[in-house]
Amino acid sequence: MSSTVSTGTKGRPGQGVRAGRPHAAWALPGVLFFAFFAIAPMALAFYLSFTSWNGLGDPEPAGLANWRKLFNDPRLTQSITVTVLLTVVSWTFQTVISLLLGVWAAGRQRNRAVLSAIFFTPFLLSSTAIALLFYSLLDPNFGIIRGDTFGSTSGAFLAIVFVGGWQFIPFHTLIYQGGARQIPEVLYQAAAIDGAGRYRQFFSITLPQLRNTATTSSVLMIVGSLTYFETVLILTQGGPGTDTAILPYLMYEAGFKSYDFGYASAIASFLVVAATALSLLLVRLTGFGAMRSTREGM
Amino acid sequence: MSHDTLPRRPLDAPEAGVTAATAHRRRHWTRRPNPLAGLGSVIWLVVVIIPIYAMISTSLTRQDESLGNALDPPKHPTLDNYNTVLHSGFGHLLANTVTVAAAVVAIVLVLCVPLAYVAVRTRSFWSGAAFRMFLLGVAIPAQAVVVPLYLMIAKLNLYDSLLAVILPTAAFAMPVSTLILTGTLRDISEELYEAMALDGASPTRMLFQLVIPMSKGGISTVVVYSALQAWNGFLFPLIFTQSDGPRVLTLGLFNYVSEFGVNIPALLASVVLSGIPIFAVYLVARRALVGGLMGVGGK
Repeated sequence: MSSTVSTGTKGRPGQGVRAGRPHAAWALPGVLFFAFFAIAPMALAFYLSFTSWNGLGDPEPAGLANWRKLFNDPRLTQSITVTVLLTVVSWTFQTVISLLLGVWAAGRQRNRAVLSAIFFTPFLLSSTAIALLFYSLLDPNFGIIRGDTFGSTSGAFLAIVFVGGWQFIPFHTLIYQGGARQIPEVLYQAAAIDGAGRYRQFFSITLPQLRNTATTSSVLMIVGSLTYFETVLILTQGGPGTDTAILPYLMYEAGFKSYDFGYASAIASFLVVAATALSLLLVRLTGFGAMRSTREGM
Repeated sequence: MSHDTLPRRPLDAPEAGVTAATAHRRRHWTRRPNPLAGLGSVIWLVVVIIPIYAMISTSLTRQDESLGNALDPPKHPTLDNYNTVLHSGFGHLLANTVTVAAAVVAIVLVLCVPLAYVAVRTRSFWSGAAFRMFLLGVAIPAQAVVVPLYLMIAKLNLYDSLLAVILPTAAFAMPVSTLILTGTLRDISEELYEAMALDGASPTRMLFQLVIPMSKGGISTVVVYSALQAWNGFLFPLIFTQSDGPRVLTLGLFNYVSEFGVNIPALLASVVLSGIPIFAVYLVARRALVGGLMGVGGK
C-alpha cells in the first residue's frame, strides 16, 4: 500500500512530505525560554565582570578592575588547581568502580534485584542530604572516623572525592550496566570457542565495546564535578583555609559572602569559558551532534 | 563443563558442547562464578550500607546517648527525633519541593517535546541552530550564571518566590531533556510518518497520535530526570529565596544544621525523612527509573 511512497530519509521538497513536518517556529517557545534563563545570563555575567556591584542598587562601570584583581589573586591559581585535581581524582575513582560494578551487574546474579536496589540507594538522596550525612558521620566527636578529617588538606580533599563517589557511582554503574547489556552475546560465544578466558574477554571485548558508554559517562562526570558546590559548602566551606575552594565556591564567596558581585562575575565568566570548552568536547566525542538513531548498528 | 577443554569445532556443527552454550541463552561470563567481581561488589556493598545503617541507627538514638560510636545500635530506640523534625515545618518544605518538581516537569515537557520534534523532523538552518544551542547548553554549570540570574530575578520582582526557583531550574533541565527526547524520536521510523501524511494528518495530529505515544520511554526518562533535578536543587533556592514561605527541602535541611546545632540525631532524622518520598517513588516506578537512566549508556 505504502510501497509507492519513497522511503528515502532525506525529506523531499514535495508537497506531501513537507505537509507532515512541523514548522521550525514550534521550537521557538523552548528556545526563547532557554535563551532568557541560560544564555542571556552568560552574556550578562561578562558584562557584570566589568562593573562594580554590591547587590543593591545598580552595577557601576569598573573597567578592567575585576579582571586585574582576578589575575593577581593567588586563590585563583589554587582554586583552578583544586578544581582540576578534584575532577581528575574523582573521574579515576568513579570510573574504575562503576565500570567494574556495571559489567558485573549486567550479568544475571541471583540476588541482582535486591543488590541493585541497595547499590542505588545513595542516588535517591539529594547532594545536600548526602553532604549532611557525611558531615555528621565525619564529625570529630561523634563520627565513624574520629579525628579531624576536615582539619587537614588531604583529609578534606579525600572526603569530598569519597562523598562525590558515594553519591554518583550508583548512577554511572547503571550507565555501564546498560552499555554492557547491549554487547552482542555472540562476541563472547565466539571468543569462548576460540579459547579466550574471562579476563581476555573483558579486555578484548567488553572494554572496547564500552567505548561510547565510557565517553558519555566521563563527560557527565567531568561536567558534574564542576558542580560539587553543595558538598564543598557543607563539608569543608572551602577549608582548611582555602585549600578546597573549587571555582564555583570561590565565586559564591566573592559574590554572596563578600557582596563583590563584579568580582564574582569575573570568576563566573572564567567558568563559562571552561564549560563551553567542555561542551564542545562533549559534542565532538559523543557524536550527539550527528543525526543518528540510537539503534543504528545494532 | 568448561570450554577450554573442548576441541574446536566449526560454528555450524550441531555438536553438544557448542549448542549447550547457546541453548542456555545466558551470558557466557556469568555462567561460572566470578570470585573477584563478587568480592568487589561485596566490598562496595559494605561501603554503601555502613553510612546508611549509621544514619538510620543514629536517627533512632536519644540525643543524650548520641555521643557514643555512630556504629553502636541505639540502646533505647526512639522516634522522638522524627517528631522534632516533623514539628518544625517539614510538611511545608516537602509541599514546596513537590510543587517545584511538578512545575519543572510540566515546563520541561511542554517546551522540549515540540523542540525535539522540530530538531528531528525539520531540516532547516534554524532548527539545526536551535539544536546546537542546546548541545552547548549541556555543560553550562548553574554556578556560572547565578550572579546575573540574581540580578534578573530581582528586576523581574521574583526574588524570594517559588517561581524564582522553578524557572531557572526548568531552563537548566532542558538541554539534557532535549538530547534524551531527540534520541528517542529518531527511532520512530519514517514509514510511520509517511503513512500518516498519506492520510492527510497535520504535524499537530502526528505529534499527539504518533510522536508522543511512540516516545513514552524517552518522556518518562525526562520526567524522572527533571524531577530529580528539581528535587536536588540547592543553589537556586539558596540564592533566590530567603524567607520561610518559598523554602524547599534541600535548603530546609541545610538550615537544620544551625537550627539543631549539635543535635546530630535530629539532623540525620531529617536526612532520612527527605529521602523517604523519593524512595517511595523508586519502589513504585523502579523499572521506568532504572531503565530510563540505563538507556543513557546505550547511546
